[in-house]
Amino acid sequence: MPFVEEIYDIAIVGAGHAGCEAALAAARLGFETIMFTVSVDSIALMPCNPNIGGSSKGHLVRELDALGGEMGKVIDKTFIQSKMLNESKGPAVHSLRAQADKQDYTREMRSVLENTDHLTIRQAEVTEILTEEYESKRRIIGVKTYSGATYKCRAVVLATGTYLNARCIYGEISNPTGPNGLQAATHLTDSLIANGVEMYRFKTGTPARIDKRSIDFTKMEEQFGDERVVPFSFSTDPDSIQKEQVSCWLTYTNERTHEIIRANLDRSPLFSGAIEGTGPRYCPSIEDKVVKFPDKERHQVFVEPEGIHTNEMYIGGMSSSLPEDVQYAMYRTVPGLENARIVRNAYAIEYDCINPRQLNATLEFKNIDGLFSGGQFNGSSGYEEAAVQGFMAGVNAARKLQGKELIVLDRSQAYIGVLIDDLVTKENREPYRMMTSRAEYRLLLRQDNADLRLRKIGYEMGLISEEQYQYILWKEQAIEEEIERLEKKTIGGNEKVQTFLEKHNSTLLKSGSTLAELVKRPELTYKELAELDEERPNLPEDVQVQVDINLKYAGYIKRQMQQVAQFKKLESRKLPADFDYNTVKSLRLEAVQKLNMFKPLNIGQASRISGVSPADISVLMVHLEQLGRK
Amino acid sequence: MVNTDTIAAIATAMGNSGIGIVRISGDEAVEIADRIFKLKGGKEKLADKKSHTIHYGFICDGEEVIDEVLVMLMKGPRSFTAEDTVEIDCHGGMLVTRRILEAVLKAGARLADPGEFTKRAFLNGRIDLSQAEAVIDVINAKNEYALKSSVGQLRGSVSKRIKDLRDKIIFEIAFIESALDDPEHISLDGYGEKLMGVVEDMGVELCKLIKSSSNGRVVSEGVKTVILGKPNAGKSSLMNVLVGEDRAIVTDIAGTTRDILEEHIYLQGISLNVVDTAGIRDTDDVVEKIGVTRAMSAAEDADLIIYVVDGSRDLDENDYQIMEFIKNRKAVVLLNKSDLDQVVSVEEIMEKSGHAVIAISAKKESGIDKLEEEIKSLFYEGEIDFNDQVMITNVRHAQALREAYDSVLMVKRSVEDGMPEDFYSIDLMNAYEKLGLIIGESVEDDLVNEIFSKFCMGK
Repeated sequence: MPFVEEIYDIAIVGAGHAGCEAALAAARLGFETIMFTVSVDSIALMPCNPNIGGSSKGHLVRELDALGGEMGKVIDKTFIQSKMLNESKGPAVHSLRAQADKQDYTREMRSVLENTDHLTIRQAEVTEILTEEYESKRRIIGVKTYSGATYKCRAVVLATGTYLNARCIYGEISNPTGPNGLQAATHLTDSLIANGVEMYRFKTGTPARIDKRSIDFTKMEEQFGDERVVPFSFSTDPDSIQKEQVSCWLTYTNERTHEIIRANLDRSPLFSGAIEGTGPRYCPSIEDKVVKFPDKERHQVFVEPEGIHTNEMYIGGMSSSLPEDVQYAMYRTVPGLENARIVRNAYAIEYDCINPRQLNATLEFKNIDGLFSGGQFNGSSGYEEAAVQGFMAGVNAARKLQGKELIVLDRSQAYIGVLIDDLVTKENREPYRMMTSRAEYRLLLRQDNADLRLRKIGYEMGLISEEQYQYILWKEQAIEEEIERLEKKTIGGNEKVQTFLEKHNSTLLKSGSTLAELVKRPELTYKELAELDEERPNLPEDVQVQVDINLKYAGYIKRQMQQVAQFKKLESRKLPADFDYNTVKSLRLEAVQKLNMFKPLNIGQASRISGVSPADISVLMVHLEQLGRK
Repeated sequence: MVNTDTIAAIATAMGNSGIGIVRISGDEAVEIADRIFKLKGGKEKLADKKSHTIHYGFICDGEEVIDEVLVMLMKGPRSFTAEDTVEIDCHGGMLVTRRILEAVLKAGARLADPGEFTKRAFLNGRIDLSQAEAVIDVINAKNEYALKSSVGQLRGSVSKRIKDLRDKIIFEIAFIESALDDPEHISLDGYGEKLMGVVEDMGVELCKLIKSSSNGRVVSEGVKTVILGKPNAGKSSLMNVLVGEDRAIVTDIAGTTRDILEEHIYLQGISLNVVDTAGIRDTDDVVEKIGVTRAMSAAEDADLIIYVVDGSRDLDENDYQIMEFIKNRKAVVLLNKSDLDQVVSVEEIMEKSGHAVIAISAKKESGIDKLEEEIKSLFYEGEIDFNDQVMITNVRHAQALREAYDSVLMVKRSVEDGMPEDFYSIDLMNAYEKLGLIIGESVEDDLVNEIFSKFCMGK
């Protein structure tokens, strides 16, 4: 007879980046939370690349931090190199990326979890979700582990990452394990299928790790971190994290590398058909790159430290599932790696995940009340993508128990909103990676203003302190007042002004101009103009940055705000959750099928579903109006 | 109210009505009308006027007066859509009505979607609930029609040119975006200069397309007109006179026009889509035989046939065949070569063809005015049917082309101003979307697919 070990409010299945954020959010909101993992030692593991952030992923981390998540704080404590990417481009695409000390990262996150009230960590494989019939739907009542123990709870967040029925493959070798040889979870899929969940099978991969002592760095280009490090977290004092950084190294593949790969393609499980899962296009294996881009003479290889307590180096750009002997031969053609000793082989990993269109934008399953999910289990890829979903799922699981309205960030509020909206409304057949081009309002969704966009929402969630909240209110006002002052302040073309303009290669003034007009000139900045601005108040750096950007790009920002206003109107037209679109006469058949499948929350979402035409949307609006009047 | 942006469209059927009405509805309706409407003698604005009043004045495009009009002002909610509404009553005729609509769009309105006025009227409570089904039907019917004419009428060559342009644009966006997403693999150094050349070419191509769209060449708009006549009767000369350029090959040797030529001309505000065919006659020449067959089949579904008779030569079998063919069709008969000695009998032609005869000389360009008058009267008396949806499509396309062109100019300016590269892709994407409207393709996942297929990304 199964025994009830304990009763909890919320159970989190998995302790990766999604699981950690979900567990912390739920516990911090006061709910008794239990987090299951197949190995406590693998909490917050980084099984692939040793970095956090990067283009658009850096945005996700900043947004998560603004809402009250943990990832930004942990990487600020454990980074060993940091860089602001795209600094020469516009502010919207500046993005932070830090090299992590993987072990430190894991240890730090584990320590935070272990010291959070209401949070229990349990090493066990969850094999079943327990549900009951409730108001013609199923609803969560608990989970069961491999030993037969059941844990009663009212909400579950699934964050199983790449562990479900995982299989690691290189050459003819195929091991039924999760990443790094960790135990896979082999039972949960059956329980999900029994509960009507539709599963996908995805694939990803990782390169070899090579012993630092066997690498000749003199043949590579050294890559340094930034001189002044910008923290990820809005709560981290920048001065506190300036430290000695380690270098990464750049080298290249060459024709010989490619010849070896081509000669051994028949031994690659990717091409022989041994791998059935769908892999991501944005991080292709080196054999993929060589096949897809035959004209490219060389590919970049980034050699990055896995930490400061280890000699292992990550060989970025050369993930592979070729056999061991081919891997050796291939890596050793690369300048600096001629004598490379492999510590861990490169491999591809296949795993079960879900078709995320079964989820609402709240990350709750449409058909199973109280069941939430996040991370790679939802068909995404990347630590950052996982973390933000885990966080949103954790918060919404808690809100569900609080009886509060669940929170959905929309596409105009955050990259998090874009990510989740894409997952739940678009046909997604590969692990989904965040990209800056996916955010149509990206000029507004900058990493520098994530706090202004989201702190208040974090406060409403209950994960942002009163003090942090008050600061944002003050900051908003300070920015507004300063812009207003600059717009009113006129200066004439006196000698001092003209000399200043000449020095900065800027057109001289013929008549008076406001300071705001001068900030708008591409060649001038708010900071530099302090020289001409005697009454300038003493404002913190982050306020100054906002003043500069908001004035400089005012035209573009205004245009995007107008687009957002249109978007919001459609987004605010809610659609009934259990609406049967078959009852709407005149909708085209394809639209009916798609709408019944996706069950969009509002007209805006409906309009983004492929196969739903503008005419269908018109018909739908007329129909809704009709229902409203009846 | 869901959409409060301001929309405009032509509210009357085009062609066979003496008055054309352009309707504007939405928050900015009055403001937009004021931008192009000059009240008679006044410095006053419509905005200052009372609701439900009529005003006399002129619609202007810049300095140029397009038409003398009456403007009706109806402020919401007391209008069909319950929104602020302005109706411009003009002198009708396709060209003028269309130009006024274009001026309204230029001044800031958006071309209404099919059935959109009705939809707004319903959503704003102006139409009774019992009519909801009918409203849906209107929207559906109009959309279907618009969709058919929008893509179906697009000429193959134009469609291909727009596709090529879009391919070029999306390639550049994908390149920029790949570099932004993966700055360590792909560099944008010196890219602005290269892009400058590319957008300049795009600008030139868009200009050409805009020009041809204002000539009505983007879609096959207008009255399908076929010129028939035996070889060397002067069909091509007539065509050249009408078109005003040496478009058809004209020689004295019978049978020199072997391909079907097609031209768009505006005649007294009527758009004619003129097809010139090889002369109809029995022939053993294989090439010409194909031409003749085509001529007959082209004439088969024409809205209007212009039959050219050579007045200086006797009627032959070809002429009798044609006269029989046009007997119960809409046609104009021209007796050409009036400058030479006439040998045919006007009475016989009138009797056999069932149509009046106009004497002209294509060579001397005499009598052409009478032809224009005749076509005009046929048109306005409703004898010629005409697909007005096609014209709307053309306006829509022209608008999209102009917007795409503006976006391309913005890219140029951004490069010149030294803006960061990520700003280029904002305007490039706008241009891409606008061009997509013309060929009926949306953006969807084009960009992401292009990035992955053209550029090697990632770790």
